Amino acid sequence: MKRVYVNEKWCLGCHLCEYNCAFANSGKEDMVKALKGVKIHPRIQVEGDNNISFAVSCRHCEDPICVKSCISGALSVRDGVIHCDQDKCVGCFTCMLVCPYGAVVPSPDGKVIQKCELCTNNSFGEPACVKGCPNGAIVFEER
Amino acid sequence: MKYVIIGNSAAAVGCIEGIRSVDASGPITVISDEPYHVYSRPLISYLLYGRTDEERMKYRPDDFYDKNGVKALLGVKAEKIDTAKKEVILQGGSCEKYDKLLIATGSRPFIPPMAGLDTVKRKFTFMKLDDAKALGEALTPETRVLIIGAGLIGLKCAEGIRHLVKSVEVVDLADRILPSILDEEGSAIVQKHIEQNGISFTLNDSVVQFNGNTAILKSGRQILFDVLVVAVGVRPNTQIAKDAGCSVGRGISINERSETTLPDIFAAGDCCECHDITAGKDRILAILPNAYLQGETAGVNMAGGKKEFSNAIPMNAIGFFGLHIITAGSYNGEAWVEKTEHSYKKLVSKDNLLKGFILIGNVIRAGIYTSLIRDRTPLDTVDYELIKQKPQLMAFSREQRAVKLGGKKP
Repeated sequence: MKRVYVNEKWCLGCHLCEYNCAFANSGKEDMVKALKGVKIHPRIQVEGDNNISFAVSCRHCEDPICVKSCISGALSVRDGVIHCDQDKCVGCFTCMLVCPYGAVVPSPDGKVIQKCELCTNNSFGEPACVKGCPNGAIVFEER
Repeated sequence: MKYVIIGNSAAAVGCIEGIRSVDASGPITVISDEPYHVYSRPLISYLLYGRTDEERMKYRPDDFYDKNGVKALLGVKAEKIDTAKKEVILQGGSCEKYDKLLIATGSRPFIPPMAGLDTVKRKFTFMKLDDAKALGEALTPETRVLIIGAGLIGLKCAEGIRHLVKSVEVVDLADRILPSILDEEGSAIVQKHIEQNGISFTLNDSVVQFNGNTAILKSGRQILFDVLVVAVGVRPNTQIAKDAGCSVGRGISINERSETTLPDIFAAGDCCECHDITAGKDRILAILPNAYLQGETAGVNMAGGKKEFSNAIPMNAIGFFGLHIITAGSYNGEAWVEKTEHSYKKLVSKDNLLKGFILIGNVIRAGIYTSLIRDRTPLDTVDYELIKQKPQLMAFSREQRAVKLGGKKP
């Protein structure tokens, strides 16, 4: 299955992926309107220091501990993509307790969780972080 | 191959999904004394809290049994296992034959002997959907609720019903709340937060006598109440396994393949005891993820596959009135503590391993700590000083990150 990977050597640590992610999941058509003056809650997060940086998002594990630990049945696998039904989620954060990548985050209101669904759950249709990466550090491919 | 599962919660679902990952067609029968489609038991407090409803509480979709070729016998009690004939005898006398059997009977509320309890008209436990429904129906804005037990169940119940009633008072024999998951400092922080949300506590005290709507405490204090909830603890449902001849300690003994001591009989979930790698001993780990993982392991092995679940640990994610708590492992070792106005963090290490942690308030990326415990990652292979500050993958080596993030095989 195609997944999002980041090449540490090429990642500039510019955080654009975070903004593209927040925009893609905002439901808005205009990036300025979607992001201006807004605290973003991206599903991909850049880590690093002055020397190394890299972006982290859901790995869509083949053996997904988050899905198996979910107490409500909100998390499921759909064609390989780990999907969260936010209507079923109660915000207990058991998935945050178990995700080894720290890739599950609270929604902006903190009442449910949200995570990367490879932009299959928004109008973008393909990972916005990959498309917008200025240095080609983030890729969407089979490995 | 014919499979029978006694129980219909997380362990049963794990088992069904485990079986179907190996065997697409062998008939599966699920037997449960509850009449409901599989639902999430931990969600009953959220039901009363108004954060979910019966429809959304379903742990798997409506077509789950159909899609997985499961015959669900719901509202029927399994009475006995005949190991010689390899069949489960149901209430009413009919039988279900099995080649492989899973016992996933869960646990039940423990009600200690308390003088005068029979004089209390409206008393409840808080474990199943029917318990929550019955409790919900008994509550009015004028109700004074007394909860015995300041553990996970008692306090989630308190949170769930606070907005529905006049008052909620929690009494516990212990001197602090949530002792199973928190240290003293953590207990104090969470207690204060819960108190600020309108719950009162009487700790270090216990009821010596109930007299109708009055509870007389050891300290001499009297509490007037309208509704009583008993939430002092749970006991595993082991009788059917014991009668069949399975080895049973506090819970049903299982190995890493979820096998009991009897051939072709497996067990999973709250009815079992298993090996806690952080405490180095066998204990009951009555948490939903464990139930699923033990059930799944059982299912794969029942169907002829090979699977071991060998890194069980205690772990909990829980919140009260918006304050989140994530804990894992055991707290015996060298502690590192960091406190701010709004958060508390404790990491416990021993023998070059992370053994446990407590996070209150800021729980972001807690799973990175959990994975250090579950993977038994030697701490000298990561930047422990860095990861103490906050959970991050930067603390791992470039090679470890290539495996974690780059899709490289370990």
